Amino acid sequence: MTELEKKELQIMACKVRMGIIDSTNAAKCGHPGGSLSAAEMFTYLYQKELNVDPANPQWADRDRFVLSKGHTAPGLYAALAHRGFFPVEDLLTLRKIDSYLQGHPNMTMVPGVDMSTGSLGQGISCAVGMALGLRFQGKNARVYSLLGDGEIQEGQVWEACMSASHYGLDNLCIIIDNNGLQIDGNIRDVMSPYPIADKLIAFGFHTIAIDGHDFDQIEAAFAEAKTVKGKPTAIVMNTVKGKGVSFMENNAGWHGKATNPAEYEIASAELKAALAELEGM
Amino acid sequence: MADVKKIATREGYGQALVELGQAHENIVVLDADLAGATKTGTFKKAFPDRHLNFGIAEGNMMSAAAGLAATGMVPFASSFAMFATGRAFEQIRNSIAYPRLNVKVCASHGGISVGEDGASHQCCEDYALMRSLPGMVVMSPADNVECIAMVKAAYEYVGPVYIRTGRSAVPVFHGEDFKFQIGKGEVVREGSDIAIIANGLMVYEAMKAGEALAEQGINALIVNMATIKPLDEELVLEAARKCGKVITCEEHSVIGGLGEAVCSLLSEKLPTPVKRIGMNDEFGRSGPAAELLQHYGLCAENIVKVTKDFLGK
Repeated sequence: MTELEKKELQIMACKVRMGIIDSTNAAKCGHPGGSLSAAEMFTYLYQKELNVDPANPQWADRDRFVLSKGHTAPGLYAALAHRGFFPVEDLLTLRKIDSYLQGHPNMTMVPGVDMSTGSLGQGISCAVGMALGLRFQGKNARVYSLLGDGEIQEGQVWEACMSASHYGLDNLCIIIDNNGLQIDGNIRDVMSPYPIADKLIAFGFHTIAIDGHDFDQIEAAFAEAKTVKGKPTAIVMNTVKGKGVSFMENNAGWHGKATNPAEYEIASAELKAALAELEGM
Repeated sequence: MADVKKIATREGYGQALVELGQAHENIVVLDADLAGATKTGTFKKAFPDRHLNFGIAEGNMMSAAAGLAATGMVPFASSFAMFATGRAFEQIRNSIAYPRLNVKVCASHGGISVGEDGASHQCCEDYALMRSLPGMVVMSPADNVECIAMVKAAYEYVGPVYIRTGRSAVPVFHGEDFKFQIGKGEVVREGSDIAIIANGLMVYEAMKAGEALAEQGINALIVNMATIKPLDEELVLEAARKCGKVITCEEHSVIGGLGEAVCSLLSEKLPTPVKRIGMNDEFGRSGPAAELLQHYGLCAENIVKVTKDFLGK
């Protein structure tokens, strides 16, 4: 990508982060930490990678995205809104009683959401089913699924990996957001899933390790995934939980809580400054 | 009653799948290492490319079925009732029922008639688990003919469905011209002294009981309530109104199944005395199916006894 394209993506990632902070702040709850760590991924998927049409969210030939770590819905919603699936202002209705923006993604309510998720470990299995379904129908569309690194403690994830490999699903690309933290603390301390890449290789995946905040590496990983035949691809991305908001970075306490008014002012000011710097560059 | 041929309802499932597979390209059948027992192996033989074995991993199979349905396929996901609805309950709830995806969960080996494998495999809780899910259709056929019709109706219906079939051969009493409709009960015997509402293999037991009772001057109204949810409320109310007393019979716990569905309806709309025949809040055990059914009172003799006690005769 050109430097200009990269800067546009960085600007968009910053706007997605603002959407995450604004929406969870308005809801007074939600999951900012793991949404922020995947902000570049959400941005790249919906701005560059996914072949989708906001004017026709149910288009049968579209690529599919399954947010297996469904609690990071604020990140997905912000990316969908900025891609034009629904108004950005609606992000402020997150988790409210009359809103279609449920705490966890609901495919029957939100334009652009391809699968209802929230119970960890199930989304990747749904993605396996989608990849099989698209292959049955001879469609070239691809399926992407984003998982948390804590989520892969669920046994179902490995059942899904086994089946993705068994059925040679080269139209499936999973992404593991390795931010290193889960609700109860460091994933190493809670229940270590390491070594992640080695496990995925053993389960038959083509595995790529990247810095999840680097758009060049994200672009290269997806390009490589498309060249892999006969097996699924896993991108293990090293990220910082809470990335972009100083006091949230690398702090498990921000897994599932929203800012108070004072914290919101700081977070918002930081993101506005980051955006101004990018736009001024 | 005259001797009739006996076929396990799971056989009808395999047969119906093949017929559906010939007519519809979007059907795909999933199993979890039990294709021989659930009879999806019959479909596999006919359409090997559309049969997906997920190995011994029911949770993954159910969520994958949801993904398949989301792309427009019509998946029939099979296992034993215990593992389909028990092990994979939460996958059925969150991946299938909540997004209201068009998945047909069809489980064999429901109830006590599993026999020698014992309590670990005798699922008497599946109706309760599936009934509790919003929007889920819950059904169980009384014989092979009804099973075939039911599976075809499940395909035509858009939305999540649970069907329980049985392991043991049971009498086939429906004629080939039988028509099945989801949510409609079937009066298999007219009467007005007692209403007996049954499903699964208990329907034929109820019919046998009906003959024995008739010889003693008691005319039972017998209903085959193959759809447990949505319940044919009109027919239950009509039967209760006509007879004044109701007995439910099911190869399931008395908690959460057909009996409780009937009681819930009647207690709110037409309070009527009810006796429930089923597994009385206990686990089963190993043994031949026929002996187990006798042991737990899931048989014509017990229906006759309960009826006479209930009527004070």
